[in-house]
Amino acid sequence: MKTLVLVEHDNKNMKDATLAVVTAASQLGEVHALVIGSGCASVAEQVAKVAGIATVHVADDPALANQLAENAAPLIASLMDTHDAFLAPATTTGKNIAPRVAALLDVMQISDILSVESEDTFTRPIYAGNAIATVKSSDAKKVITVRGTAFDKAATEGGSGTIEAIGGASEAGLSSFVSDEIAKSERPELTSAKIIVSGGRALGSSEKFEEVITPLADKLGAGIGASRAAVDAGYVPNDYQVGQTGKIVAPEVYIAIGISGAIQHLAGMKDSKIIVAINKDEDAPIFQVADIGLVADLFNAVPELTSKL
Amino acid sequence: MKILVPVKRVIDYNVKPRVKSDGSGVDLANVKMSMNPFDEISIEEAIRLKEAGKAEEVIAVSVGPQKAQETLRTALAMGADRAILVMTDEEVEPLAVAKILAKIAEEEQPKLIICGKQAIDDDSNQTGQMLAALLGWGQGTFANEVDIDGDSITVKREVDGGLQTVKLNLPAVVTTDLRLNEPRYASLPNIMKAKKKPMDEKTPADYGVDITPRLTTITVTEPPVRQAGEKVEDVDALVAKLKAVGAI
Repeated sequence: MKTLVLVEHDNKNMKDATLAVVTAASQLGEVHALVIGSGCASVAEQVAKVAGIATVHVADDPALANQLAENAAPLIASLMDTHDAFLAPATTTGKNIAPRVAALLDVMQISDILSVESEDTFTRPIYAGNAIATVKSSDAKKVITVRGTAFDKAATEGGSGTIEAIGGASEAGLSSFVSDEIAKSERPELTSAKIIVSGGRALGSSEKFEEVITPLADKLGAGIGASRAAVDAGYVPNDYQVGQTGKIVAPEVYIAIGISGAIQHLAGMKDSKIIVAINKDEDAPIFQVADIGLVADLFNAVPELTSKL
Repeated sequence: MKILVPVKRVIDYNVKPRVKSDGSGVDLANVKMSMNPFDEISIEEAIRLKEAGKAEEVIAVSVGPQKAQETLRTALAMGADRAILVMTDEEVEPLAVAKILAKIAEEEQPKLIICGKQAIDDDSNQTGQMLAALLGWGQGTFANEVDIDGDSITVKREVDGGLQTVKLNLPAVVTTDLRLNEPRYASLPNIMKAKKKPMDEKTPADYGVDITPRLTTITVTEPPVRQAGEKVEDVDALVAKLKAVGAI
């Protein structure tokens, strides 16, 4: 089987989310990568070095600069004449583009896969991860999005893929990019951070969130996350949200501070290797999944923890 | 202009789903069902656009069993003007739903279709994007803010790392994210009024759409259960424990 992997990138650097998709694709067959963007040659070079990549197709065109689905999907669909499976990361980019490709191909997409059981059978979470479905696709072509935390990352060195330029991109004339408000931060991205410090509604305000959570995260070199309650209350921006409807994370260490542990939040972090919970309510559901729990007032315990690390 | 809003009847947001012991699916017998929360946000947004004078009519559509009527009545009580129920007892996949909605869009000629970004039962996150593809329209997924201006709509989207703003020609498809708005509760008088609002009943066959599933569910299982660990007494014990397990 020949697979086509959508590379996640910002026209300069490949994002880590790509690497788990490469691993998933390699379980299906030969891995071809697709870089769509504008001025993205450096990305293609990075992708070519990823272990296991046979070919890197590069569509470098101004119409693809912002990877708008309306422009990207027809191009990807046309490449599926010569590929059997299209795999994208289950990021906001992948989730935006892949179903549009699937519809153009008249294929039912398999979303957010957790494992490859065979070339047509996959497992995926349903009901916010409260159940796992094993599904078999009868479509000739497969369109798949891959949950990044469920697959090991392919090595970024050791490959020697051939880079091939492809044309055929065009402006669909349906949509245009206006602006980005991307938080500039030195912090690791949530989906690739080794340690995440996450805060909940118990913090009470954005000032307290900053005052309590940030120093601990700084000390640990950690990414910062938040529960939906904390995001809805306006303590932090939406892209901090960990949970079924936010980001799905699985770091080495997840430190949940003042988070009760609603089902929707647990669905986004329960695959973390070690879960630490600090909460003053000893009956909080978060303690049912935590490896290490501390029942304490976070406003005392967290600064103390920060100072003792 | 008309706004079309698809709504889905799903297990209530606050109910913990239970996997059936034979592995055939999730037990929905005697479980509270409600409108998919993202669809409530879609209905709310459509009504607000109507209240702001940007739209004349809001049409709610559901593809599902007879009982999806209740979900449509909720949409009507919130403020939708009329409803279409495309009735089937089969499980309908996002691709087939998108095909049915595309046919309805051809008949109704809405300028805007607002979908929830995903349903909280199958968590597919596909229908809106597929519908946009089938209609050849632009798509503004995971909307945080929308603004209609003449023949275009500006959509601020929630993306990994922040927000992205795109401008789409109308007609277009928008899918809603959590922070677009806070849906209203229907008042009792509006619930009574909703009973008199028109609801068409159709079937997938009326639209000539084949809903045969492409995916077969082989089994549904419980996720692996995480065991609770231990509680420590104080911060010193926490630091010691973190070091012992190699976490720091």
